[in-house]
Amino acid sequence: MKSLANIWRNLPLKAKVGVGLLGFFILAAIIGPMVQPYDPSAQTPLTMAAPSAQHWFGTTQEGQDILSQVLTGIRLTLELALAVGVIVTVVSVLVGVTSAFLGGIWDDVLSLITNVFLVLPPLPLLIVLLGYLSQQGQTPTIIVLSLLGWPWGARVIRAQTLAIRGRDFIDASRETGEKNWRIIIFDLIPNEISLIAASFVNTVLYAIGASVALAFVGLTNVNSWSLGTILFWAQTDSALQSAAWWWFVPAGLAVALIGTSLVLLNSGLDELGSPRLRATRGTAKVAGHRIWPTDPTPVLAVLQADRGRFGSFLYSFSRRSMLEGNAAGGDL
Amino acid sequence: MTYLLRRLAFYLVAAFVAITLNFFIPRAVPGNPAEIILSKYPDLTPQAFKALEQMIGGVVGTGSLWSQYLHYWSNVFHFNFGVDLANYPTPVSQIIDQAIPWTLILVGTATVIAFLLGTGLGILAGWRHGGWLDRSLPVWMFFQAAPYFFIALVLVDFFAIEHHWLPVGQGFNGEVTSPGWTWAFISNALEHSLLPAFTIVLTSVAGWMLQMRNVMITTISEDYVIAAQAKGLSKGRTIFTYAARNALLPQLQGFGLALGFVVSGALIMEIVFSYPGIGYLLLEAVQNKDFPLMQAIFLVITFAVLVANLVVDLIIVFFDPRARTREAA
Amino acid sequence: MAPILEIDDLSVAYRSAGGDVHAVEHVNLTLNAGEVVGLCGESGSGKSTLAYGATRLLRPPALITGGSVRYRGRRITQGGDPADVLTMSNRELARIRWREVAIVFQSAMNALNPVLRVQDQILDAITAHLKMPKHEAREKAATLLDLVGIPRDRLRAYPHELSGGMRQRVMIAMALAADPEVVIMDEPTTALDVVVQRDILAQIVELKETLGFAVLFITHDLSLLLELADRIAVMYAGRLLETGTASAIMREPAHPYTRGLLNSFPSLHGPRRELVGIPGTPPDLRDTLPGCPFIPRCSFTVPACSEVDMSLARPTGTGTNGEGSDRPGLITTDSHLTACPIVTPEEASKEGVLS
Repeated sequence: MKSLANIWRNLPLKAKVGVGLLGFFILAAIIGPMVQPYDPSAQTPLTMAAPSAQHWFGTTQEGQDILSQVLTGIRLTLELALAVGVIVTVVSVLVGVTSAFLGGIWDDVLSLITNVFLVLPPLPLLIVLLGYLSQQGQTPTIIVLSLLGWPWGARVIRAQTLAIRGRDFIDASRETGEKNWRIIIFDLIPNEISLIAASFVNTVLYAIGASVALAFVGLTNVNSWSLGTILFWAQTDSALQSAAWWWFVPAGLAVALIGTSLVLLNSGLDELGSPRLRATRGTAKVAGHRIWPTDPTPVLAVLQADRGRFGSFLYSFSRRSMLEGNAAGGDL
Repeated sequence: MTYLLRRLAFYLVAAFVAITLNFFIPRAVPGNPAEIILSKYPDLTPQAFKALEQMIGGVVGTGSLWSQYLHYWSNVFHFNFGVDLANYPTPVSQIIDQAIPWTLILVGTATVIAFLLGTGLGILAGWRHGGWLDRSLPVWMFFQAAPYFFIALVLVDFFAIEHHWLPVGQGFNGEVTSPGWTWAFISNALEHSLLPAFTIVLTSVAGWMLQMRNVMITTISEDYVIAAQAKGLSKGRTIFTYAARNALLPQLQGFGLALGFVVSGALIMEIVFSYPGIGYLLLEAVQNKDFPLMQAIFLVITFAVLVANLVVDLIIVFFDPRARTREAA
Repeated sequence: MAPILEIDDLSVAYRSAGGDVHAVEHVNLTLNAGEVVGLCGESGSGKSTLAYGATRLLRPPALITGGSVRYRGRRITQGGDPADVLTMSNRELARIRWREVAIVFQSAMNALNPVLRVQDQILDAITAHLKMPKHEAREKAATLLDLVGIPRDRLRAYPHELSGGMRQRVMIAMALAADPEVVIMDEPTTALDVVVQRDILAQIVELKETLGFAVLFITHDLSLLLELADRIAVMYAGRLLETGTASAIMREPAHPYTRGLLNSFPSLHGPRRELVGIPGTPPDLRDTLPGCPFIPRCSFTVPACSEVDMSLARPTGTGTNGEGSDRPGLITTDSHLTACPIVTPEEASKEGVLS
């Protein structure tokens, strides 16, 4: 518990904003179906209506309540993204650690597979895969996204594992006869936690982006209300041409904000894991002056005496400066 | 030299995997694609259907799997992707040829602009770590995190629909002009590409900027940058020739890695703007269950990405003297 | 002896959330023209911080909290007052950097730009300070390589194509590019094997004789300094414990730490003796206790140890025979200073030195 509190305190502001934002959406996902005012698929005669008290986000061309759709969408999208995140993280850790730890032919083979899937562009492959599947839904999408998402994390984790593996304390464990799997779990993984966490966040981000994109082009189940599907229907039913901004803005904004929260969280984790990115943050100001990392080493006495341009301007009006006959207020 | 050769070999392996995947996917998924085609395109001639089966696997097997595979390979080498279904009997390669220039010009230019702009901004943000450019990053991150097509929709709504400053979509206005090397056409096409290009740049700059900024921050604490300052070199020389030139290397590698995603995003962008490029074509193909076209586009896109990767590798070797002697990573 | 660089009461701290780390505390050190001063200390003693702080090359969170660094090179002062590096503007600083005070960094592999050829890096140093046409500059770069004994064809090489010893020589050549008055050498041979080390040190001495620059040689290896340096300053936990001529330090080390250092390495000849290390570890530099920082590890402490003024300031009115100091325990000759109170006035007077 204490270390969690410590972690929280050390997170930069933008990461905290990210966590807060994400928490809001997770909450919305959890309680969404309970608080949504209407059935998202229920059609009403009130078509293409702008936001009102009855329909906070307005209605679609079929008279469906957009707020309810968005609430359902947040839940579905987050579910999918988290599922993909977990699967991909597990697979990429397995592949990355095994590849780096075992080395030799295993490393060569696994690395080759990883790199090939890294270089192939994912979306065309995704589209083709889903295009052939006659049924499209949440599960195929999860499977397909996971299949293509693990190489990124695997590569990064492999690099980190290689670096750690070379360090002495691993050799020490080996010398004392520790079994390989114990070394992996107890020595290796704890040192990679921040990397694994960052990889997880990245994967969730990718899953959200990809699933929304796929839904938008109509490749997933167009009858289930994920956020991308809402946008699909908005596009299909020409919401744009009818200037029905309320149709696509909430869903898109939701995706954007969830994505932003994840990116902020990730950059915070980045700074947490890399001390150099962090170190220059809190010490940027000395005696009221901003110090750039590439400036000559600041001298305290000089900084304290230097009031800056504005400060000197104000000071020139002071009695003391006139007594001293300083340049700014000099000729009085 | 050895480095480049190894990379080339790697890309050949990747191409091999892509072609093999392309062969197996229609045969591996549940359901029978051939039946779907039959039901959708009842007027297919028997020869066309047979050729189709060779490509995607058949109701009635036309030879062993292995012979189908070999036949498929020979087709690919002859750029014979079969005949398009939706526009029967136009050959698929012809259809693709029409779409490629649009994509290359829009996506290619916009991506390069975004990379250059993002990297340049990243250099400045990293050098002035903690300055206003650096602190504006979260704003850029928002544009990156938002689904690019959403930004596109918002921009279209604002610029094209509410204010009629720019066209809503399409590559050019068919009623006003027609393709050809005339200024009327080119200017019209340019006008139509402004919004898509702008969207692509806006949504991808942040990624490049953030990455370059992070690498710069690490690079400026390297000894050789401190040494450059100790030597009393001008700020410009220190920033660009000592810091940025070294930071550029991981940045370029990142660009290579991200090419797949960059292309994917740009394709979606085409769809939003109904821009007559490959992405739009792919969508139509999927919606029409036009399998030959789908397969061909997949291969074309994949090969393009592999070639682009090779080009990036060439650039990296040009910039990094160590890579010329190093083994491939 | 004409002083060229006077470090006066310099203090440098690293700011952090957990409190300031006082890396250098009230250090007085003078470098005279053409002399070699060795700065000796273990890792973390602050010797590099001292050197880089004096040239203002430390990065945040470093902060110079006090003192002055006066440079007296004729080109800058033009016969007038010395210039304080700490209060200089950036432009004046750029004029001092490399042209007056050059640095040979510790790790040549890291200090050389990996993507630039050797020639370009040396040219950078030359053209930043000396105005000359391109072909002349290139000839000068080639001459510099000759000076350090590297074949001219190496000009077109990249750093990773050179051996460790060659890279270090390139660093030295580069440091001399603008004819500096002072060359700071930060552990230039630590990363090299002993044979190469010897060569390079010999080269440095030769160059110094020929070109006449002063050297501030930083190292943890006291034995090296005994041969190389004219004067030696022993640093520990951010403070100078003792300064003196090399022969004085070798023959009559005053501070127990210095004595411990001398006992830590064997001599090549003479009777075998037991090697005695110095037990304990250096202190945490966040808390600065009064007096001598070596107290926790010292076997000879007396109560006065925690009250001494560690700044080794030159006392007023000192002549060659050390008149005029009234601080207990301070040997006052021009050449041998320490604040250690166990060197009693009686002992000091035995050497013919007044206290």
